[in-house]
Amino acid sequence: MNKRSSLLQKFVAAPYIVWSVLFIVVPLVMVVYYTFTDSNAKFTLDNIYTLLEPDYVSIFVRSVAYSFIATVVCLIIAFPLAYFISQSKPTTQKTAMMLIMLPMWTNLIIRTFSLSNIIADEGVINSLLQSIGLQIHMIDSPFAVILGMVYNYLPFMALPIYTVISKLDKNVVEAAQDLGCNKFMVITKIIMPLSKSGIISGITMVFVPAISTFYISQKLGGTNSRLIGEEIEAAFMSSGDKNFGSAISLVLMILIMLSIAVMNKFSDDEEDGGMIL
Amino acid sequence: MKHLSRIYISLIFLLLYAPIIVMVIFSFNSSESLSVFEGFSLKNYQEVFRNSEVIGAFKNTLILAVATAAISGILGTAAAVGISRMRARYIRRSVLSVTNIPMMNPDIVTGVSLMLLFVSAGTIIGLETTLSFWTLLIAHVTFSLPYVILSVLPKIKQMDKHLTEAAMDLGCTPLSAFFKVELPCIMPGVVSGMLMAFTLSLDDFLISYFVTGSGFQTLPIYIYSAVKRGVRPSLYAANTIIVLAVLVLLILINFVGDKDDKPKARKEK
Repeated sequence: MNKRSSLLQKFVAAPYIVWSVLFIVVPLVMVVYYTFTDSNAKFTLDNIYTLLEPDYVSIFVRSVAYSFIATVVCLIIAFPLAYFISQSKPTTQKTAMMLIMLPMWTNLIIRTFSLSNIIADEGVINSLLQSIGLQIHMIDSPFAVILGMVYNYLPFMALPIYTVISKLDKNVVEAAQDLGCNKFMVITKIIMPLSKSGIISGITMVFVPAISTFYISQKLGGTNSRLIGEEIEAAFMSSGDKNFGSAISLVLMILIMLSIAVMNKFSDDEEDGGMIL
Repeated sequence: MKHLSRIYISLIFLLLYAPIIVMVIFSFNSSESLSVFEGFSLKNYQEVFRNSEVIGAFKNTLILAVATAAISGILGTAAAVGISRMRARYIRRSVLSVTNIPMMNPDIVTGVSLMLLFVSAGTIIGLETTLSFWTLLIAHVTFSLPYVILSVLPKIKQMDKHLTEAAMDLGCTPLSAFFKVELPCIMPGVVSGMLMAFTLSLDDFLISYFVTGSGFQTLPIYIYSAVKRGVRPSLYAANTIIVLAVLVLLILINFVGDKDDKPKARKEK
């Protein structure tokens, strides 16, 4: 009886296992396959060699740099935000978190477009500034791309940090205060270390989409500061070079897996199956 | 301190909402300009409801999201039950690791890899184009499944195992014990996972962009191509409607979810 039920229950997961092999594992194998072949399906390392050219190396370096800066800025903005929200009244907390989540559910494209419309040369800010005779050029610059990343991904940082801080044991904070900590020390010595897991998942949730975005840099970055995501999109959708596109994707994937592995080293609470997000 | 925190929170919210506020304001603009407000009018909204392309795309998006939520809900719940019963630790771990891949992988890589699969499968079968509603559905179910599984698994862990045993002692077959006892216990996890799948599917642009064909257009894809052609205030109007709908939905969830212990999904996307 027991044996029969466990057999039955094993089969329950079978459709999913088939599904995940077909649509998760096989596609990734295909990315690897395309990386090491040319358009005639012959083995080649050319795609990898092309990636080592200075042009492409600088694209990778730029992508890493932009998304790194955006992640740091998000962290600097989001931590105080999450902390302040967690200190307010429960109803305020709820409303604030709802307001943070709302932009996440409006379309990224239209949000980014609207942002570009604000900072464009003929945009909202400049048409306001014109009345006092000023003009600031903001769009098509690294600043605009990083601003777009921060603006789009800030909620991903604020949410996990808030979740962790709001679950902190209040007694620990009180104990620290009893033992002579001032407010500042409570934050740096107690709250920050204890919210590490939230900070770390926030960092991955901002860094991964930021480094692989193609729309934000396309819309806000102009033509001379392309990022990895744009290269992948161009390779697949306009030049049709699937092999080279796969090579970039593979390198991007490895880059991200490596940074996630490094991040995981910093977080002590590892979960079953290596869950990180 | 109190004032400082208030000011800080309001300032960040102001920045966060500036593009949305601009969008809402200019959706009421009477001229075509997107930077100078010339007068109040509702003509952009009329245009949205007259545009059959927008309505069609909206319908497609909803159909896709509902189908994604249903399929990934069923498959994912079954998977979570199966995974929780696995005895061999290494199998369990490897299944969970594969489950994590779509969540860790950047969306663009997921989209590109699925596109490679669909296109080559198409050439093997001999179809000219395989990209269609079905490839979109497969892709959406694939990236939603991990969220369903990861919100159901903890509920199974929390559940009292003796309940199922008691049900079987009292004459239930394993199957009816599952439907009568276990499923109601893990239902909050299933529901929040399916909600997650629904919203992820509604909002997804990147993966859809790579796996959709010309025949089936979702709203994000439509918006992308419309923006490429040049944005008109009517697009702002369409999005204002969406923002309002999401706001109402969020408020509803907030008020209804009050009674529950609020099943939190692991990652809001």
